[in-house]
Amino acid sequence: MNEFITGLFLWDVRDWLVEPLQFGFMVRALWVSAFVGLVCAVLSCYITLKGWSLMGDAVSHAVVPGVVVAYAIGIPFAVGAFIFGFGATVAIGYIKSKTRLKEDAVIGVVFTGFFAFGIVLITKIPSNIDLFHILFGNVLGISNSDIVQTLIAGTTTLVAMLLFRKDLLLFCFDPNHAKAIGLNTQLMYYMLLSLLALTIVTALQTAGIILVIAMLVTPGATAYLLSDRFDHMLGLSVLVSVSSCVLGTYFSYHLDVSTGGSIVVLLTLIFTITMIFAPKYGILAQSLKNIPEPVLDEAQNQDYIS
Amino acid sequence: MQAIAQALDITIHNLSVNYSNARLALYNASCVIEAGTITALVGPNGGGKSTLFKSIMGFLQPSQGRIHIGSLSVQTAQKRQLMAYVPQSDEVDWNFPVSVFDVVMMGRYGYMNLLRMPRPKDRRLAMESLERVGMADFRHRQIGELSGGQRKRAFLARALAQEGKVILLDEPFTGVDVKTEKRIIDLLMQLRNEGHTILVSTHDLASISTFCDRTVLLNRTILASGSLEKTFTEENLAMTFGGLPVMSLHHLFHPSKVSEVDA
Repeated sequence: MNEFITGLFLWDVRDWLVEPLQFGFMVRALWVSAFVGLVCAVLSCYITLKGWSLMGDAVSHAVVPGVVVAYAIGIPFAVGAFIFGFGATVAIGYIKSKTRLKEDAVIGVVFTGFFAFGIVLITKIPSNIDLFHILFGNVLGISNSDIVQTLIAGTTTLVAMLLFRKDLLLFCFDPNHAKAIGLNTQLMYYMLLSLLALTIVTALQTAGIILVIAMLVTPGATAYLLSDRFDHMLGLSVLVSVSSCVLGTYFSYHLDVSTGGSIVVLLTLIFTITMIFAPKYGILAQSLKNIPEPVLDEAQNQDYIS
Repeated sequence: MQAIAQALDITIHNLSVNYSNARLALYNASCVIEAGTITALVGPNGGGKSTLFKSIMGFLQPSQGRIHIGSLSVQTAQKRQLMAYVPQSDEVDWNFPVSVFDVVMMGRYGYMNLLRMPRPKDRRLAMESLERVGMADFRHRQIGELSGGQRKRAFLARALAQEGKVILLDEPFTGVDVKTEKRIIDLLMQLRNEGHTILVSTHDLASISTFCDRTVLLNRTILASGSLEKTFTEENLAMTFGGLPVMSLHHLFHPSKVSEVDA
């Protein structure tokens, strides 16, 4: 413990940054987690604005049986995970439209059902899948074939989001207008859901299915508190997410703690600071704003008369 | 393309819509919203005004009946950018990180390529629309930073930018001061004279006679529709709001007995 504290205070920043790079697995972990952070950050803006955090939770749990089945029949884990993750969202949409149940109840039933099915499969089918790695990620031990799958899933997501950036934004903001100008909103609904599933597949190895929810929600939520323009929000979200992923991986090496865990702790820390101190929408700014409110009103009225 | 040049009517034929709990929201509703008019949609809350609006815009799937815009289906009309919709204020997420200009530009998306890259014409039309509603100076504001009337005008500008021949406005006067209401009414009358077909749902019975040509009275079904003189009568309104206390309904038709402020 003593050694740990002195280590913490005496380290030289450069050594701290450079030392882990002598290990191949650390270099890999760093850039993979940075890439995953980028993909999650972009999607998280849409997820936060659309209010689909719970849906992210659902998809991430629903991929578990897909991973097991994929290993069992020898196809890439990403394919199995995507099929089950996306399948869960289709099941949720179908059940919601056919019953009188509210969405949160349907989501709760479906994702826990998929997840439990996955747990049963893991304990029944002999495989080398470590449940702990699925739940919490294992970026330090990521294999080359897993990296390839992560890159394919992530790049597909990024390209799709780049191409349909404005349509998806409109869909989140005002789906009725999207429909009124002749866009296929049903298609966009499923597109955003499949991008969500793909992003979760991307982050599976790094963060695991439980912590991936934080990576899908927290960067966007943090950026939302800091910005009034979508482009700024996107940039801030990427900045928060990628830096948390890189620094979190470093912390996990130096302090010998879980990588996914330290990434999410950092994200949450940044969120908490933002939530309190954000210049316009922070708790402090909001409580200070309550005082000069009448003045603001007056200014608006003047605007109006002129 | 000829259909686009002329004003379009809206034909509603035997329309029924169910809620998700199988209750009827609207049954056997039929009427024609005449081309190039301002038509008011009047009825009590829960009488199906929003349902009819959403059916005309294709947001709801009717269980029975047809709606046509001119000779086109709703979907085709929408693909041709013929239909603009100004939503109720409470349907909009005012915290969304978009500026007024972004919102107006969304009216042009249907004309842009797949990447939605605005051309100079799109920018020009967006600016012209903003100027027409007097919101050009506010174009860089985040939409939540606007007053109630400014919010309405921003979305009206989006409808203008879309250049739709049919414009539906859902409760455009709620949360709007008298000055803005007058301004919106003036604009609607200009748009009608330019050949737009305008359908307005409103609570504000008093203002209807000042700018609407026709009315459609709605309570679960269409009870009456036609010119203002023929349909917007005390008797019809009493039937539409049947049993419900209609504030100053009597005053509306006997204005001599009441001060103008009340209206």
